[in-house]
Amino acid sequence: MLILHCPYCGVDADETDLHAGGEAHLKRQGPGSSDAQFEDYLFMRENPKGVHFERWRHVYGCGKWFLAARCTSTLEVFGTYSAQTTEPPQDIKDAISAKRPGWTWGNYS
Amino acid sequence: MSDAVSALQGKLAPGEVTIREAGLRGMITLRGDLSDRGPRSVCKSLTGVAFPEQGKANVDGEKGLCWMSPDEVLLLMPYGEVGDALAAIEKALKSKHYLAEKVSDARALIHVEGAFAREVMAKLAPVDLHPGTFGPGDFRRTRLGQVAAAFWMRDEDTFAVICFRSVAEYAFDLLAESAKAGAVGHFVEG
Repeated sequence: MLILHCPYCGVDADETDLHAGGEAHLKRQGPGSSDAQFEDYLFMRENPKGVHFERWRHVYGCGKWFLAARCTSTLEVFGTYSAQTTEPPQDIKDAISAKRPGWTWGNYS
Repeated sequence: MSDAVSALQGKLAPGEVTIREAGLRGMITLRGDLSDRGPRSVCKSLTGVAFPEQGKANVDGEKGLCWMSPDEVLLLMPYGEVGDALAAIEKALKSKHYLAEKVSDARALIHVEGAFAREVMAKLAPVDLHPGTFGPGDFRRTRLGQVAAAFWMRDEDTFAVICFRSVAEYAFDLLAESAKAGAVGHFVEG
């Protein structure tokens, strides 16, 4: 069972209170992008064993989207943060580095 | 105009913990920039209670304010006062970007009263309801069984639950069943 802290409500929300929204930090490819870039944007996803960044929605609560960093193999949650950001904030990265030294995910490490 | 009736018209399930549909209550959903003084002061003047902090509800009698999300607050008031209140909001927030909607008839209000009301709720919602974590004044939007609901504690032994009118019967039966099944003894004093 996954319990994520909603950064908007300030409560620990159970997985059943939430709705998963897939991978976080996707870079949108719009008009002018190549077919390959657009295909990447639409279909290519990280599928790591370990550190992962995801979008979640507090659907039974405030209804807001937020982002979460967690480990797919242990379900350990490193932190949650506002969705109004284009990359993981430094404190989240530090929290992951403390637990999983040398981690990488996409372009982040 | 036809007479307004509440979802379950005061349905009652008496017992050690009593489940009671609380009848009609005026409710207004107000969305907007709630860090702004405008909406805060109109909320205060309409309900007479302080604007709630994150995750809190300030309720006094039939009037109150519930914190729904960073940009949404629920105003509670007697059923008949909603029309005037909406007019007052419109007047006060004229130049602002906001949304205010009467939701009285879209919702149902159920009271859960009795010694182990806390356990009746804890069995149904994925919320830590330990007395040290959740007490009078705290407000939580979550789910109750299979439906969305919000609740707060009126006092140590009473919960007020708000759910959508269309699922009022389900929520009522769920609470009544949970109460009938008795206490678990999980929240032991001390």
